[in-house]
Amino acid sequence: MFAIFSAVIIIFSILTVTSRRILRAATYLLFVLVATGGLYFLLRFNYLAAIQLTLYAGGIVVMIIFSILLTSHIAEKLEKPDLKKIIPAFFAAAGGALITIATILQHQFPAEVITDSSRTDIREIARSLISTEKFGYALPFEVISILLLAAMVGAIILAKKRKD
Amino acid sequence: MFEGVPLTWFLITGTIMFFVGIYGFLVRKNLITILMSTELILNSVNINFVAFNKILYPDHLEGMFFSLFIIAVAAAEASVAIAIIINIYRRLVDINVEKMNEMKY
Repeated sequence: MFAIFSAVIIIFSILTVTSRRILRAATYLLFVLVATGGLYFLLRFNYLAAIQLTLYAGGIVVMIIFSILLTSHIAEKLEKPDLKKIIPAFFAAAGGALITIATILQHQFPAEVITDSSRTDIREIARSLISTEKFGYALPFEVISILLLAAMVGAIILAKKRKD
Repeated sequence: MFEGVPLTWFLITGTIMFFVGIYGFLVRKNLITILMSTELILNSVNINFVAFNKILYPDHLEGMFFSLFIIAVAAAEASVAIAIIINIYRRLVDINVEKMNEMKY
């Protein structure tokens, strides 16, 4: 199962950045996000997987597709990026990936300790989101709600029609 | 079900996804595709957090909460970015980054 999800993630993320039809790129991005949700299900983070599917795959991709349809024609193909830009970008990305993977492979992680495959309890999540004790997340929760409110107001103000 | 999958494989998947996102960020010219590359980058970080949490500290939930907050920040960022993109499109009728060389006119 892990191999399938991982292969889907890698292949479709490469297709996302190389496809020249923008709507197809958005669809490939949807596949990547759904496969990531599958990885969360494998790791038994059911709540996080549900959030991933509804918010990322449901919300953000739909919003991106709407904005694609508003700003470009479907049949139109993106122009090919010139080679002068591809080569440095490719080497930067490949070099970074090689260095990081080499570092990961060198490091000895503690032996696998996966014995507990129980699901995370939703009550536990809710309790730590509002607790102010150690391992409580009340302050980040409030901060993120203010951030979301600010983003909502900002997006409305930016996208509305000017009167001039 | 996923027993026998070492942590390394999760990290490698996340790394490849991250650098594919970097590549797309550098190469693409359309603003919306750049936004999609950003989503790839944020998502790969989430995989790392969750895998570390489950495999190294299965009795804590810190990685999960970090992923949760990253998802919320990504949603806020995407909404504001799309508002900006639509505003730019309304003024310039093009969302190619190379044609956006003036901020005010």
